[in-house]
Amino acid sequence: MNNSLIIGQYVPGNSLIHRLDPRTKITIIFFFVFIVFFANNVPSYGVLIVFALTAMFTSKVPIRFIMKGLMPVWFLIVFTFILHLFVTKEGTVVFELGIFKFYSGGIIQGFAISIRFFLLILVTSLLTLTTTPIEITDGIEDMLHPLKRFKFPVHELALMMSISLRFIPTLMQETDKISKAQASRGVDFRTGPLKERVKAIVPLLVPLFISAFKRAEELAMAMEARGYQGGDNRTKLRELKITKLDIMGYIVFILVVAILFVTRMYG
Amino acid sequence: MDITFKNVTYIYQRNSPFEHKAVDDLSFHIPSGSFVAIIGHTGSGKSTLIQHLNGLSAPSEGEVHIGDFKLTNEEKPKNMKELRSRVGVVFQYPEHQLFEETVAKDIAFGPENFGVQQEEIEKRTRHVIRQVHLPEELLERSPFDLSGGQKRRVAIAGVLAIQPEVLVLDEPTAGLDPRGQKEIMDMFYELHKQEGLTTILVTHSMEDALKYADHILILNKGKKFMEGTPVDVFSQREALQSVQLDVPEVVEFLIKFEKKIGKPIPFHNQSMKELAEEIQQVVKGVDLHE
Repeated sequence: MNNSLIIGQYVPGNSLIHRLDPRTKITIIFFFVFIVFFANNVPSYGVLIVFALTAMFTSKVPIRFIMKGLMPVWFLIVFTFILHLFVTKEGTVVFELGIFKFYSGGIIQGFAISIRFFLLILVTSLLTLTTTPIEITDGIEDMLHPLKRFKFPVHELALMMSISLRFIPTLMQETDKISKAQASRGVDFRTGPLKERVKAIVPLLVPLFISAFKRAEELAMAMEARGYQGGDNRTKLRELKITKLDIMGYIVFILVVAILFVTRMYG
Repeated sequence: MDITFKNVTYIYQRNSPFEHKAVDDLSFHIPSGSFVAIIGHTGSGKSTLIQHLNGLSAPSEGEVHIGDFKLTNEEKPKNMKELRSRVGVVFQYPEHQLFEETVAKDIAFGPENFGVQQEEIEKRTRHVIRQVHLPEELLERSPFDLSGGQKRRVAIAGVLAIQPEVLVLDEPTAGLDPRGQKEIMDMFYELHKQEGLTTILVTHSMEDALKYADHILILNKGKKFMEGTPVDVFSQREALQSVQLDVPEVVEFLIKFEKKIGKPIPFHNQSMKELAEEIQQVVKGVDLHE
């Protein structure tokens, strides 16, 4: 199984970040995504980096684990950096390599975009690393609640989300199991010409779909048998609660935004 | 093919908070042609162990030898396909791996991948469908129209068609009715004898282990807990109970017998008939109405 991608994986813990209400975390990250694009000079990037790294250390998720998990993303970051290096033609020429000229603007832009990329991915994966999928869907459901007025099926959407999140690990296990069984029957998923490898996916996908449909049917039946009914009047086992900690979280974030705008103006 | 494990350790998700040692410093030897039962609770490392037998997993530490093939953390055999054609694995619930339109095509899938000639494949298909006691008419049906037990047999036939020398069975009877369980186990035993296979059976059933295996390996939390002939292993009731494993009914009976009658009958894997005679011998001199 591919263990290297950590986006979507939850690491249990009891840190301050873990204890924040999911709505707080989602809101802060939502706005963080915007303000990342407001940074325009070294100090303002510094503010964002300090904020993101502080959040990372506070979460107590092992740093080595996060960095290793971001491995597949590093490729993307390096790729954007190189792209900027070649494409942007601003500022002065720093050095030449054959027919290529590298501009100072390109290097700066490359750095800036890579840092933005890194920050976005770090912060969003911190959300999933410290929040259980159930909490995330509960949070989203609650935040979308006002849309109910417009007959938007908020509860059903949240249910769909939590079911699909719930079944990701199950399907991963299933994929792992079936691919091992077919590999034992001589299928080679890793080497050989592309055409052969695409063909090798069929013996994996067919059983996977069959079991997914079977599971869906069984789940629907089990829910019906227990009289499931979504929507109004349905109570929750875990009520979301905004605590002092959340208010502190918002205050810290607002301060960070304020400092960012100050450095943006005077930096 | 001889199978040897030398100080094998396998670690899942190394260097992460989910790091987990599934197999821990495991060493054993399985001579060619033997029937070995591997017993242990869920999470004792059985499934991880069998994935080493055809190179699906490589040990994190230690060495695995399967015939001339050698698996370590650094080196994997180049001819992995050949290893997999010689070690057939029937996974748990093998019917989940069926995918072709017809039973015949699904059985042919393995041999085709290993480059067996078309004529030979057809010959093997008809041969294995008989071996798993299914009628030849089923060959042209869709595997998804069959009953659960029939699907299982088709999937097993698909592995047998590869004609492996080593057959690895991961709880092949899980979820079958008692009659189906017995039929399938008897079938594997017959095959083992006829084709001179090396058979490795992962099971929860002490009765099956006693009945079919000539060597038993007991795992507990990834470590080897006990190893030996069925008589050796099942004579150690207390040790087995310390890891929440039962002994076969016969052993249980003999212990109760000794308690009640006061005279021991040693366990040596006797048949029902032999046991009846031994009981007669012992009981002759005892007044049962005291």
